[in-house]
Amino acid sequence: MTKKPLFTNLTSALFAAGLTLFLGASVMGLRLKSEGITLGVELASTQTFIELGLAGLIVFLFQLFRDRIPKLSSSATDRIAILAFLRTDKQQRLWLMLTIAALLVFPFTTGRSNIDLATLVLIYIMLAIGLNIVVGLAGLLDLGYVGFYAVGAYTYGLLYTYFGFSFWQALPVAGLFAAITGWLLGYPVLRLRGDYLAIVTLGFGEIIRLLLNNLTELTGGPNGVSSIPKPTLFGLEFSRRGDNTFHEFFGIAYDPVHRVIFLYLLALLLVMLSIYIIRRLIRMPIGRAWEALREDEIACRSLGMSPTNIKLSAFTIGATFAGFAGAFFATRQSFISPESFAFIESAIILAIVVLGGMGSQLGVVLAAIAMVLLPELAREFNEYRMLLFGLMMVLMMIWRPQGLLPAKRPHRELKTTNAEVK
Amino acid sequence: MTQPLLEVKNLVMRFGGLMAVNHVSLDVNEGQIVSLIGPNGAGKTTVFNCISGFYKPSAGEVLFKGKPMHKLPGHLIARHGMVRTFQNIRLFKEMTLLENLLVAQHMHAERNLLKGMLNLPSYKAKEQELEDRSAEWLERVNLLEFANREAGTLAYGQQRRLEIARCMVTQPTLLMLDEPAAGLNPQETQALDQLIIELRDKYSVTLLLIEHDMKLVMGISDQIVVINQGAPLATGTPAEILGNQAVIKAYLGEE
Repeated sequence: MTKKPLFTNLTSALFAAGLTLFLGASVMGLRLKSEGITLGVELASTQTFIELGLAGLIVFLFQLFRDRIPKLSSSATDRIAILAFLRTDKQQRLWLMLTIAALLVFPFTTGRSNIDLATLVLIYIMLAIGLNIVVGLAGLLDLGYVGFYAVGAYTYGLLYTYFGFSFWQALPVAGLFAAITGWLLGYPVLRLRGDYLAIVTLGFGEIIRLLLNNLTELTGGPNGVSSIPKPTLFGLEFSRRGDNTFHEFFGIAYDPVHRVIFLYLLALLLVMLSIYIIRRLIRMPIGRAWEALREDEIACRSLGMSPTNIKLSAFTIGATFAGFAGAFFATRQSFISPESFAFIESAIILAIVVLGGMGSQLGVVLAAIAMVLLPELAREFNEYRMLLFGLMMVLMMIWRPQGLLPAKRPHRELKTTNAEVK
Repeated sequence: MTQPLLEVKNLVMRFGGLMAVNHVSLDVNEGQIVSLIGPNGAGKTTVFNCISGFYKPSAGEVLFKGKPMHKLPGHLIARHGMVRTFQNIRLFKEMTLLENLLVAQHMHAERNLLKGMLNLPSYKAKEQELEDRSAEWLERVNLLEFANREAGTLAYGQQRRLEIARCMVTQPTLLMLDEPAAGLNPQETQALDQLIIELRDKYSVTLLLIEHDMKLVMGISDQIVVINQGAPLATGTPAEILGNQAVIKAYLGEE
């Protein structure tokens, strides 16, 4: 690598430092002060400015010497290093078993808020691995994914309100409805490509939300649907009083934590089932077709595959998982309103997929954990939370633009004596 | 005489005011190797695109086994057994060679989601069959040792061979090759020559080629169709074409 002379770096370093000072001073250097009924502006303390100056200096030095700082490579080699303990099938199975065991034991070792948080992570994992089919595997940028999540949630909410469906009765229907919506929306829009597809799906996501918001007679509008019942364990309810409650059946004292644990285990079950199903799908002809389509649509057509049908299948199957996640979300929250399904949710789910490494299941799972946990852990930074979030994104783009764990290829190897083995 | 496998009648393709293909007709009989030649920009690839359904011809007919094809979308035409390669190779570069060939057999695969999900014996048997056929073809084009490599890492000549193998695993009746020898060295061209003849003789595939390598074309073709500036110029056996004054004029210019 040739080293650029310091001088060329000097201008960019000065610029970066100047930018840091300017942005920093405008965000943190000024303060609003109320004087009676009027608002005044005053400068922040000297210490803030000293800190700002230091920050500017660090940025300046970093930019000046960035060529000389050894680069943290993001080549394939360090990916292999991460996964060194997962080399053989046997090791993989062992680690999988250990992880599942740990996840099963986890709720009994910790408090209620942690279990709740874990359940939230599981919901996002489910959404993200569903979207991963559409974006990561089939290569269709879908910005309205949250629409299918909403369809799933409202399917359960409304089926309960009008027909008294239980969670278990509504779950398959929610998946089915989301799939149908995915199919219906996909049919006209999948002729579009790339950015155009992204814009139209974004629009459809918003349309679903606005419909839910405005069909007040049917959906309750902005008031949402409330008192949606919790799921039952083979008919046993997790409530203090009732005809057939969990604690009475097992003769133990009532503890509200039981319900939280049950929800967590249920989400874990759903997630594991989804991961297994998608893992199989990827290795099936349909999974291969998704990947092929992402790489070269024209070649696919020349081989007799119908691009529209393959895209539709990805869209529909992806939507189904969002539907399941939606129904689960509804039962966990007991209350749903259109507000829960705003565009930012789609953006977060998409960010998880991109962060994890498109097409990679394990990567997406890790990214979902990071995306949900980090804002929670960073709560003490309060107003700087989003700043931290942005910083994380920028660092990711610099060091691992392909995601945490880029998809591992190939899925299938020929095992003959002549083929070289990787 | 029996009906030709592929009949193209008065094919016309207009792009706005430009007449890219002007009443081209050609017949391809079963078991033949037919070459489509012409100077650069003559409209050969456009004819190919019309036949294989990537363009909708402005006028004219394409009949394959007597059935009209010119109104069908490309993927349905391919399902009738008419498969093509591309001038600028279109492989699935990030997938392995094996996966490239498995994807190509999508239409033959067991696509029932439930059977695949449950990994039923019928599904496994079908997948094994696809894998065996892929291995067979990889061996035939001398690429078996690279089976688990990504297609994008192959050398140019190897990619060409893989593209032909990818067409062949779909078990086509008519194979259309768009400049298969482009970018190959003399030895590779010779190997291609033999491969094409073997495809016809051993696998009873009919071939339609676009090619610039005259040695290859003259050596293996049963029929040659020459087009120039979108219009048909001559049709005949290699010997007839070599002696045709109009063809010589189109290629070399007038004295």
